Amino acid sequence: MAIENLERILGEHPFFKDLKRSHLQLLTGCASNVRFKAGEVIFREGEPANLFYLIRHGTVAVETFAPNRGAVIIQTLGEGDLLGWSWLIEPYRWRFEARAVELTRAVVLDGTCLRGKCEEDHELGYELMRRIAHVIENRLQAARLQLLDVYDGVRS
Amino acid sequence: MAFALEKQAVAAGLSDSMVPSPFRVQRVRKETYDTFTLELEPANGADGFPFAAGQFNMLYAFGVGEAPISISGDPTKPQTLVHTVRAVGAVTQAICKLKRGDVLGVRGPLGNHWPVEEAVGSDVVIVAGGIGLAPLRPALYHLLSNREEYGRIALVYGARTLQDMLYKPELERWRSLFDLEVKVTVDTAPASYRGNVGVVTTLIPRVQFDPSQTVALVCGPEVMMRFAVRELESQGVEPENIFISMERNMKCAIGLCGHCQFGSAFICKDGPVFCYAEIEPFFAKREI
Repeated sequence: MAIENLERILGEHPFFKDLKRSHLQLLTGCASNVRFKAGEVIFREGEPANLFYLIRHGTVAVETFAPNRGAVIIQTLGEGDLLGWSWLIEPYRWRFEARAVELTRAVVLDGTCLRGKCEEDHELGYELMRRIAHVIENRLQAARLQLLDVYDGVRS
Repeated sequence: MAFALEKQAVAAGLSDSMVPSPFRVQRVRKETYDTFTLELEPANGADGFPFAAGQFNMLYAFGVGEAPISISGDPTKPQTLVHTVRAVGAVTQAICKLKRGDVLGVRGPLGNHWPVEEAVGSDVVIVAGGIGLAPLRPALYHLLSNREEYGRIALVYGARTLQDMLYKPELERWRSLFDLEVKVTVDTAPASYRGNVGVVTTLIPRVQFDPSQTVALVCGPEVMMRFAVRELESQGVEPENIFISMERNMKCAIGLCGHCQFGSAFICKDGPVFCYAEIEPFFAKREI
């Protein structure tokens, strides 16, 4: 029953929308539910990245530390977002820190387990890569827009 | 040349459009470190003038010059003109230094307006960036005072930091309304901040609307509007239903001088609000 629920939750998450049933079943084997209290650190910069998260409810801040500025939030993620892709890209270490801003519920997937399944099933590997590339592209565009500092010296 | 233009203006009945009326500052409210909201009333005891959401006025700081400033007040309360001004140039700096009782010149209302009547029956998504919230506020006032005529209404607003946000008390009040979805984000924030961080376009997929029946109103820096339009389109909103407020340098503000030419249009006369479908071919052209 719990597995069926998890499969349904994964299937309803935007990141896995329209994924083949057989792939969904494979992924369910690597997934579990998780919750974080407000302020709880989900992962820290530099630590091994073996997991990734599909946020179901709540808000997560992706942070880094800058000398003289302290901890700075790069972006916040919420319901329907994917948190973390470093599990898929060598050297498999987190580049930023993630912290729950409020009570957050997510599905956590075992990236090491998934990497193995992607090696065995290249169709699944391609599908995951395609979806994660889309997320990375969106985040890259957002980061570029942030870099432009567009609100400087504009209209009244 | 000047004589010819004068004759042209008189022939078109526009001579009054070039003469500013004196308005007295009734109240000044500091929004951010460089942005102020001024409430103005006619200095000669005359009535104010009606305006539509999205229109602008030319504000004249005597001895300094004129600047086009969007009207940011409530269209149902035309007696008081409300303008939110960011001090970025000589004229706007002079306007932002005005105190209660000071007088400035006003020409307007000018330009076209947000298509709030055409949006009746639709969901409405308002996307504002930085001071771009000012020209959109009258549209939101209109939508809220005619709430039953619209479907879902969402406001997404982005600013550089929390300190750069306009109308903070009003944003809080809007957030408490059950029939208005408000999402706010900042580009950067310290770890103690508990709100959204990221560019305003990332909020668009997070609000509820039916893309096939949505009218989107967008105002902010031009590059932000480009990204916002892309996101709205990727969500399924048709270009015909996306409206943006453009800005170029204006001088006469009545379509005579050509300073604000944008493709085949003049921003002051044909805009500032444009349907995206109509300007799509040259919207992102850097030469225009």
